[in-house]
Amino acid sequence: MTSALGEPNAIAITFFLIFILLSLGITVWASRKTRTAEHFYTAGRSVTAFQNGLALAGDYMSAASFLGIAGLVATSGFDGLIYSIGWLVGWPIVMFLIAEPLRNLGRYTFADVLAARLRQTPIRIAASIGSLAVIAFYLIAQMVGAGNLIRLMFGLPYEAAVVIVGGVMLAYVLFGGMIATTWVQIVKAVLLLGGATLLALLVLARFGFNPLALFAKASEMYGAGVLSPGRLVTDPIDAMSLGLALMLGTAGLPHILMRFYTVPDARTARTSVGYATACIGFFYLLTFVLGFGAMVIIGRDPITRIDAGGNMAAPLLAEAVGGTPFLGFISAVAFATILAVVAGLTLSGAATLSHDLWVNVVRGEKANQREQLLVARLATVLLAIVSIVLGVAFKGQNVAYMVGLAFAIAASANFPALVLSIFWSRLTTAGAQSSMIVGTVAALVFIYFSPTIQVDILHNQSAWFPLRNPGIASIPLSFVVAIAVSLLRPVPSEARRYAELERQLLLGMEGVDQSARSA
Amino acid sequence: MSTPTLESVSAARWRIAVSLTIAMMVVYFGFVLLVAFNKPLLGSIVAEGLSLGMLLGALVIVVAWALTWTYVRWANTHHDASLDRLRVNR
Repeated sequence: MTSALGEPNAIAITFFLIFILLSLGITVWASRKTRTAEHFYTAGRSVTAFQNGLALAGDYMSAASFLGIAGLVATSGFDGLIYSIGWLVGWPIVMFLIAEPLRNLGRYTFADVLAARLRQTPIRIAASIGSLAVIAFYLIAQMVGAGNLIRLMFGLPYEAAVVIVGGVMLAYVLFGGMIATTWVQIVKAVLLLGGATLLALLVLARFGFNPLALFAKASEMYGAGVLSPGRLVTDPIDAMSLGLALMLGTAGLPHILMRFYTVPDARTARTSVGYATACIGFFYLLTFVLGFGAMVIIGRDPITRIDAGGNMAAPLLAEAVGGTPFLGFISAVAFATILAVVAGLTLSGAATLSHDLWVNVVRGEKANQREQLLVARLATVLLAIVSIVLGVAFKGQNVAYMVGLAFAIAASANFPALVLSIFWSRLTTAGAQSSMIVGTVAALVFIYFSPTIQVDILHNQSAWFPLRNPGIASIPLSFVVAIAVSLLRPVPSEARRYAELERQLLLGMEGVDQSARSA
Repeated sequence: MSTPTLESVSAARWRIAVSLTIAMMVVYFGFVLLVAFNKPLLGSIVAEGLSLGMLLGALVIVVAWALTWTYVRWANTHHDASLDRLRVNR
């Protein structure tokens, strides 16, 4: 089978240029409205529930989920679905435990929630370490993925692709802040959901719009094994560990948590998670059809011949069912997907560097609006340069384990401290601080000594840590450290502070203003 | 129901949040444990082209939707009403 994939494709480039022009137009419009740090970080808190739902979905559905899972299902069948499901079930957890208290207690970053009841300086430094580690590994994964994809799709050199992604993303975030980033996410989410739906419909049209006929054909061609769990999940404890990190990591991703500050109140935050869960669940159900569609229509061998990881399954499928124009469209959508996710990550990294570290730790909250905005923009430029350098430096690395690492750190470093600070009155500064540091370090150390690094990459005989996914060890460890340190050295003043904050936790700043007025 | 206290509203939200979180974890980890320990069962075919594993996998997504919907419905009707009364009854 011959494919136009990898040839400079006029239609793909046209669609791509339309997206770039549209998103830069949004950026110009947004830059006129970005006057204060409040606008830069939170889009003036004016985003509606439906808009934020789409933007959350846009931030979350990375190229890894679109191309990666479609490829994984196409090559491994059922096993790929374990990832889709794991990535969705984090959302109800975000809804039940995090979204509303986070909106009520914080301003720009999730560290605000901890800093509201604990001592600012040590908490913000510890939270920044965890956040920046998550953002760095997620950014590397996206940049390396972007470079490879664009080389495969458009025939551009890897380094050029990384620089283009870094440069365009810098323009969005630097000039348009959260307003531009939110609208880029919304446009991207609509394109991705629309494109994936159309692709799934074109596939299903060949099977009388009956997904079961498609799955039956897959098992007829490749054996019934493709419909049942296979070799991807060999160790039960490792499977649990992966599941735990996927589920709880979502609730610890800084760029996702930051989105809850862009809406006016907790009720809107709640409704927006509802829309996001609906969109993301629908999208992952589509990946069942796309993956098995590629397996049947393209075949496993042609897919792995073009890219060993199977990442080109969805674009190849688009070409097979919709011709070169549809391949062009889907390629442009995949590019837009990466750009949008990278922009969201960079903005949350800039918020950590400037709001948490500069404004609150270095300057002790004594920075005016002008300075806050300037530092946020300098941090954005710094992060864009760092992400381009890391993207080039990590060329050829396996990106899958870096995404896994990002989720494992998010689940071990950020999630325990955040959830305990919302629900547990006796949490102390030392407890939260040590939990975040131990969580980050444990996730990094366990991954380094795991078979993935020691056996697969360094070719050692055995690995000191038996699991490929550290979550089942590092997440409970982080909880235990937080609880033990807090109980060993209780701080009654911090427990009282929690009680004072209870009204704000439920009612937001509005509840506090009102009580101040009536007092 | 007439005058909720801060503590009672907080406790009610905590109960709902924890129950729904546990429900989601039980369903999801139930699925993962079946994947890990009983592969032949999940591989059994329940209809032409549909294995039990795929059916249960799709159901986990449907359960995630249903639990999310349950929470939004509870919060929009009961929780918001309690919060409104808290705002008034100072």
